[in-house]
Amino acid sequence: MTDLTSKPKLAKLFRLQYEEAQGAYVLLYPEGMVKLNQPASEILKRCDGERDVNAIVADIEQAFNAQGLEKDVTGFLEIATERGWVV
Amino acid sequence: MSEQANMANIAPPLWLLAEVTYRCPLHCVFCYNPVKYAANKKELSTEQWKEVLRQARKLGAAQLGFSGGEPLVRDDLEELIGEAHQLGYYTNLITSGVGLTEARISKMKELGLDHIQLSFQDSTKEMNDFLSSTKTFDLKSRVAALIKKYDYPMVLNVVLHRYNLDHIGRIVDMAVEMGVEYLELANTQYYAWASINREQLMPTREQLVRAEEIVQEYRAKLGNKLKLLFVVPDLFEDKPKACMNGWGSVFLAVAADGSALPCHAAQSLSGLTFPNVTEQLLHDIWYKSDAFNAFRGYEWMKEPCRTCSEKEKDFGGCRCQAYALTGDARNADPVCGKSPSHDVVKQIVLQTKNRPVEEKPLVFRNDMNSLRLAAEVEKQTS
Repeated sequence: MTDLTSKPKLAKLFRLQYEEAQGAYVLLYPEGMVKLNQPASEILKRCDGERDVNAIVADIEQAFNAQGLEKDVTGFLEIATERGWVV
Repeated sequence: MSEQANMANIAPPLWLLAEVTYRCPLHCVFCYNPVKYAANKKELSTEQWKEVLRQARKLGAAQLGFSGGEPLVRDDLEELIGEAHQLGYYTNLITSGVGLTEARISKMKELGLDHIQLSFQDSTKEMNDFLSSTKTFDLKSRVAALIKKYDYPMVLNVVLHRYNLDHIGRIVDMAVEMGVEYLELANTQYYAWASINREQLMPTREQLVRAEEIVQEYRAKLGNKLKLLFVVPDLFEDKPKACMNGWGSVFLAVAADGSALPCHAAQSLSGLTFPNVTEQLLHDIWYKSDAFNAFRGYEWMKEPCRTCSEKEKDFGGCRCQAYALTGDARNADPVCGKSPSHDVVKQIVLQTKNRPVEEKPLVFRNDMNSLRLAAEVEKQTS
């Protein structure tokens, strides 16, 4: 379970950047790359080590003009943590 | 199909491998550089490389590997790293470590180098130094410590074969001690110099099975602390590898002299002329050249690939291997159990059981051997 007061940040091994040619954000790491969908990139952009999960959820809900996205955000963060993208 | 429609089906390259030089202080017996490398010593200038970096970035490449030979023998490497970083690449330096002084490593950090892949030939000084025909083990160990001191993520790469597969546990221990993030245990692929030394380098199936079991045990023990990549030796399989994720699909290599290649081993294929970046724009090379279009899609395939349900998964395997073992690059990779030439692969594997058939000396990669082998090929074909 994701602690809502934790402050996730991108792991040192990864770099997040927008790629014009792919029209998408990608995660770059040694000799590899993951293409991200829009929700994933919107969440990862906010993993700056300063905002806690509550703040990220609120931010995303505002950006997408929607409510009740906590489960989507924490679900993705769990996968991202498991893969070592965020710490 | 019109040119425009055709181009729309071609995805942009994601990977640029810049083989900035074929010069190398090491003489590894499994080197993947062309056997004939010494016959052509031309190298692109700093400005030409910068132009290649700019054009490939514009096409869409995001990952960049500086490789060779040993890229550190070029003293403009820092300049190229700086340019690459400014263009937005994720820059990887693929090195033997020879020439990586503290002054250079710190300058490269400042200029934005993202990652260093360091090769070792073995966990023991004796085997490392023997296989590379150099005294480099201690130097490599010092370089590994420097890479961590400067806080780079690090991949340790060890090419595996029958002389070091039994040391795999010690190799993993060495990687743990060095504090690396990834350990790439790459079983030898038998192209170029490795194909010349194939009989001597091929392990037995028993060696492989045991090594893979040990890797599994370490995976369970180490978890996320160290990622272990075990590249299987495809000759022991009956499913071909999805080589390069398909020809001309994501990968673009530029050789020292400016030849643009869909795969770093592609120069072993005869009958294809590879375009040169000094003569054509990378855009045209990627989208329009005969060489990059030769094995794109499925039209080029013969049976059994053409009607195979797995062709979209493995793209018929490896063109270079099909050419080397069957004489026709359009054939199915003979690793595939469905290939009519699969017996050739079975025979090669079988030979490892009957060793020593004939113990031959290993052929080290150096200028003298390269020129000699090139002359032999010339004689055979004339």
